[in-house]
Amino acid sequence: MPHVALPHIGTDTAWRDAARGLVSRGVPPAEVTWSRGVAEADLFATPPEEIAPAAKTISVPRSFVELANTVVWHNDPERFARLYAMLWRLGSEKGLMEDRGDADLAKLRAMEKAVRRDKHKMTAFVRFREIGAPDDARRRFAAWFEPTHYTLEPTAPFFARRFADMDWMIATPDLTAVFEDGALGFAEGQPKPDIPEDATEELWGTYFRNIFNPTRLKVGAMMSEMPKKYWKNLPEARHIPEMIASAETRARAMQDAAPTLPPPRAAKITERLAAPSVLRPMADDLDQLRAQENACTRCPLYENATQAVPGEGPRDADLMVVGEQPGDQEDLAGRPFVGPAGQMFDRIAKEAGIDRSRAFVTNAVKHFKFTPRGKRRIHQNPNTSEIRACRFWVQSEIELIKPKLILSMGGTAAESLTGSRKGILARRGTIEATENGVPVFLTVHPSYLLRLPDPALREDETEKFRADLKSAQAHLEELRAQ
Amino acid sequence: MALPDKLSQAAALVPRGHEHYLNFMTTHSLERKLAILSDAARYDASCASSGTSKRNSKDGKGLGSTEGSGICHAYAPDGRCISLLKILMTNFCIFDCAYCVNRVSSNVERARFSVDEVVKLTLEFYRRNYIEGLFLSSGIIQSPDKTMEDMVRIAKKLREEENFRGYIHLKTIPEASQELIEQAGLYADRVSINVEMPTDASVTQYAPEKKPDTIRRAMAGVRLRKEASKDRSHTGKRPARFAPAGQSTQMIIGADGSNDATILGQSTRLYSSYGLKRVYYSAFSPIPDATAKLPLIKPPLLREHRLYQADWLMRFYGFDANEITAGTDGNLDLSIDPKLAWALRNRHAFPVDPMRADRETLLRVPGFGERTVQRIIAARRHRRLRWDDLARMGANMKNARPFVSLADWTPGALLDSPDLAARFAPKPEQLSLF
Repeated sequence: MPHVALPHIGTDTAWRDAARGLVSRGVPPAEVTWSRGVAEADLFATPPEEIAPAAKTISVPRSFVELANTVVWHNDPERFARLYAMLWRLGSEKGLMEDRGDADLAKLRAMEKAVRRDKHKMTAFVRFREIGAPDDARRRFAAWFEPTHYTLEPTAPFFARRFADMDWMIATPDLTAVFEDGALGFAEGQPKPDIPEDATEELWGTYFRNIFNPTRLKVGAMMSEMPKKYWKNLPEARHIPEMIASAETRARAMQDAAPTLPPPRAAKITERLAAPSVLRPMADDLDQLRAQENACTRCPLYENATQAVPGEGPRDADLMVVGEQPGDQEDLAGRPFVGPAGQMFDRIAKEAGIDRSRAFVTNAVKHFKFTPRGKRRIHQNPNTSEIRACRFWVQSEIELIKPKLILSMGGTAAESLTGSRKGILARRGTIEATENGVPVFLTVHPSYLLRLPDPALREDETEKFRADLKSAQAHLEELRAQ
Repeated sequence: MALPDKLSQAAALVPRGHEHYLNFMTTHSLERKLAILSDAARYDASCASSGTSKRNSKDGKGLGSTEGSGICHAYAPDGRCISLLKILMTNFCIFDCAYCVNRVSSNVERARFSVDEVVKLTLEFYRRNYIEGLFLSSGIIQSPDKTMEDMVRIAKKLREEENFRGYIHLKTIPEASQELIEQAGLYADRVSINVEMPTDASVTQYAPEKKPDTIRRAMAGVRLRKEASKDRSHTGKRPARFAPAGQSTQMIIGADGSNDATILGQSTRLYSSYGLKRVYYSAFSPIPDATAKLPLIKPPLLREHRLYQADWLMRFYGFDANEITAGTDGNLDLSIDPKLAWALRNRHAFPVDPMRADRETLLRVPGFGERTVQRIIAARRHRRLRWDDLARMGANMKNARPFVSLADWTPGALLDSPDLAARFAPKPEQLSLF
């Protein structure tokens, strides 16, 4: 009966090579025994033999390779045999690696999980102590750790990636890892070395005691993540019993303490902060209008939006462009027409000869209306009462800017400016007026073009939109000439 | 009165422009400062150090690494993970937020770290493998901009002078200028801005100097900057990385009267609007020298836990907030988890056949986690699954029992039995005499 004795260091590659050789020679699992290090006496074992390299390449799912590379570090003496048995079955059973209901695989996965956890706990709970002088060019640290499984070898590269500018040693009963001048090496394990206490442990203990909130005692949660077996090598753990014991008294003392009078400085500081001089003075009436819009609660839309998005443009603009409402991007940036529809408008307006920098752009509704869906916000059309509530602000903007012509884009703008959104496609290209007699040129909203799925149709509609804008520009020039 | 108290009171009276007088505050030892400024930082729930870009120091020129998932280096008896050195730069503060231990009207002892002290503590703790990095927050001294500037200086020194490649989380001050927030994102892995309370009205009531719309605008600014940092310019050059681990926020639970439906609605809005990685819920807990404005109750830890569960259901299980709270009085059932509670209210949707149901449906079965569902879908392609298979795949069959039908199990009348909910309720417990 062949026996395979695997080395202490490099157990993972040695197991892989041996298993590959055995499978390719057709040695069934029942006929092979395994050990790590010197074989325990097995009366029936043949002397350890050289495993011949694989006669033919064998292919196994990648997920098995990962599983084996982890499970070999488990402390269960049966791990090598279990892995080999699984490898053997993989030769004939397709899809076995995907079947978590399979008892053998479930067992191996559980072992894999235990090793992963042990590796993770090592990355978490190793505590280095400085053994050189703090002003050495290359500082030197050492740690003693007692893992449950043989996890130092697969975990040491983590420490090498993290602590590359210092020399360090991690000693465990089974193996010692040494990192010096950028090179990682392994030596046999050792009994616990005497590493003198590090002064920084005192500070760490102070932090540990003070970050703890005594009113939220949850000892079970701590114990499940930091089991007692690790405590003896954690410098902070010596504080735990006292922290638990005093928690209830401390919490009660906080609750029982009568409120104190604020220190004298508090009132002065609060007063200075609240003083109106802290507020910036309003530059002009448009700024004032913006501030008022931002504080608007005339309809519920303010509750979910980031901010009101006020109109923007030169104070003496003679063209005012009114869209529907801010979209996702406008809501975040606090500026109108910066999203996809705004960019499209800019492009076509330029082609139509409209000088966008000389126009005042705004929206019929100032807050973004949306439905949250996961990480996105889905645009919602504002309803009549929201449009009506916001009409106040649009009218105020018109009164301040006094445009010669208003370009109304889409149904919402039309409703706000003319009182009706009906038949917008029939009314496009025509001029109506606000109730105060300001001429309103009607067209569609550019987002309508963005939503058309058929490229040919979109091209057509874009052309019509461009024609509308040209016609509006022509009309504006007539008005300017008057 | 103790000497440090007198000093701290005097310090706040130093006129603007003469803050160098504050240097006498360094009379505190480093250890005392650490005690005061970690004590003051414990009310921030987040200690996450995962999800950032991968880095290491294999080149030997720096210190630290980040490898995707974070590491909890210790656990305190409050069950919270300690992953980062979570401290305040200072606990002096000119704001007067009722729920906060550091409010201007509190008599707690005050202290302030220098830039070098924070840098040194971070590096020395990191070298000994105590922490994954730094979570720096601060009270507001002099002005939001001045405070944020000092915080950015600490992060910049760690990154540029010390070549620190570990994790940095900066708590951003929403009232600070957008340029400073932008700089914070260049050095930090994560930035966070706390919404503090579940509703605007509560923020205004309890934190009079904070403006809800300023907080929202700051979060919007972070999202826009993060998005901009992903776009390549026309020359194909990538802009500097901005907060690769994204942004998060926190709200305090149980200090105001908001119910769970309001809280989850707020979270839904925050997740959809600002691309947040996490919303943290922090049960309001008694603080030293508390104000009379707030009730000093035992922190509602179970409620906090149920909110996290509900939050998880919204982010990974396809539930929306309304489904989770529909049919309740607006608050989650404290005795059973929200997924089980939903299933009990929606029995018409069950039993589910794990051999046939789609992923979305399987995710709604109590006792089935994301991984279990993934395993079921992979394994059922090959064979018929039975009770024991599901148990081995990690399903909690005690919870799933009434809601699944299998080749060797049907719930029968169990699903419709009137006492089904009672079976899941926890056993009555002897009340503590204290």
